Amino acid sequence: MGRFDEKTAVVTGASRGIGRTVALRLASEGAKVVVNYSGSQEKAEAVVEEIRSAGGEAFAFQANVSDADQVKEMMDEAIKQFGSIDFLVNNAGITRDNLLMRMKEDEWDDVLAINLKGVFLCTKAVTRQMMRQRAGRIVNLASVVGVVGNAGQANYVAAKAGVIGLTKTTAKELAARNILVNAVAPGFITTDMTDELGEEMKEQLLSTIPLGKLGSAEDVAGTVAFLLSDEAKYITGQTINVDGGMVM
Amino acid sequence: MLSTVLERVTKVVVDRLGVDESEVKPEASFREDLGADSLDVVELVMEFEDEFETEISDDDAEKIATVGDAVSYIKEKVGE
Ligand SMILES: NC(=O)c1ccc[n+]([C@@H]2O[C@H](COP(=O)([O-])OP(=O)(O)OC[C@H]3O[C@@H](n4cnc5c(N)ncnc54)[C@H](OP(=O)(O)O)[C@@H]3O)[C@@H](O)[C@H]2O)c1
Repeated sequence: MGRFDEKTAVVTGASRGIGRTVALRLASEGAKVVVNYSGSQEKAEAVVEEIRSAGGEAFAFQANVSDADQVKEMMDEAIKQFGSIDFLVNNAGITRDNLLMRMKEDEWDDVLAINLKGVFLCTKAVTRQMMRQRAGRIVNLASVVGVVGNAGQANYVAAKAGVIGLTKTTAKELAARNILVNAVAPGFITTDMTDELGEEMKEQLLSTIPLGKLGSAEDVAGTVAFLLSDEAKYITGQTINVDGGMVM
Repeated sequence: MLSTVLERVTKVVVDRLGVDESEVKPEASFREDLGADSLDVVELVMEFEDEFETEISDDDAEKIATVGDAVSYIKEKVGE
């Protein structure tokens, strides 16, 4: 018995990192989950296996979130197998860091395509179903750097700031249909994405975090789960920072 | 008894927008005359798709503004 029994969720980028933890968390509370991935098939299958062996229901689906046709196929399959889409967690994201002066056009385009356009496409693809249901929850993974900026991440920051604006607009457009849309903005969370940072960089980072440590994927997943739960039924259009107090 | 396209469109509009059947005339605009907002129109189109088991593209949907637009579009599409 969990608070997400009978609920169905699509989690993008759920093969690794935060998305994986979100998928496992939702499944552990009873949700049926579509584990989306783009390249890491084995890892996605492992997530599905873990959910199934714990008695849950899930399937993996390869789709590049920046490709409208693949996204539509995924949502169609979700509806076919599960009969509804109650939750969408737009988590898939990449970084291609560089100083603005050195940033190549394709570094800009790739990050905007996956981190921002991907959210637009996935959201668009589920709204029809959620409008029919007269209910739905969408949580977008932003980042605190989308709020405060970050040297060396012009593309990523622009995309994440875009996600926050998109979250507010989608929330306004769909509120009348009982579809709630919020964002979670993590600070520094230990995943593959942050393992790439050097020791010196990490030391420096820690000094900017009041709580004095990096966050875990579970910290983020817990907030995502809260926003999908009944307790959050009066919250829409918000961005919640999960960052150890970095940005206040 | 098969009902006509107009009858079926009228039923969808009455159910969705809660208007009186007498208001649903061919020249009636969903937004101007029947009190629909833009999201209501999107939903109406979705319901027409269900009712007539057809797909209406975004481009086509944008051209459907009145009851008559919907009826003639659907007649052409489903070949009645
Ligand atoms: N880690 C942090 O400190 C941090 C901080 C702030 C915000 N965030 C945000 O949190 C989200 C998750 O980050 P993370 O650290 O968990 O990243 P991660 O460990 O690098 O995992 C990224 C996930 O996204 C998937 N993905 C990448 N490109 C995709 C595409 N085109 N289509 C579908 N899936 C795609 C990957 O799948 P494949 O492996 O199959 O390609 C993978 O499952 C991102 O939106 C990130 O920006 C993270």
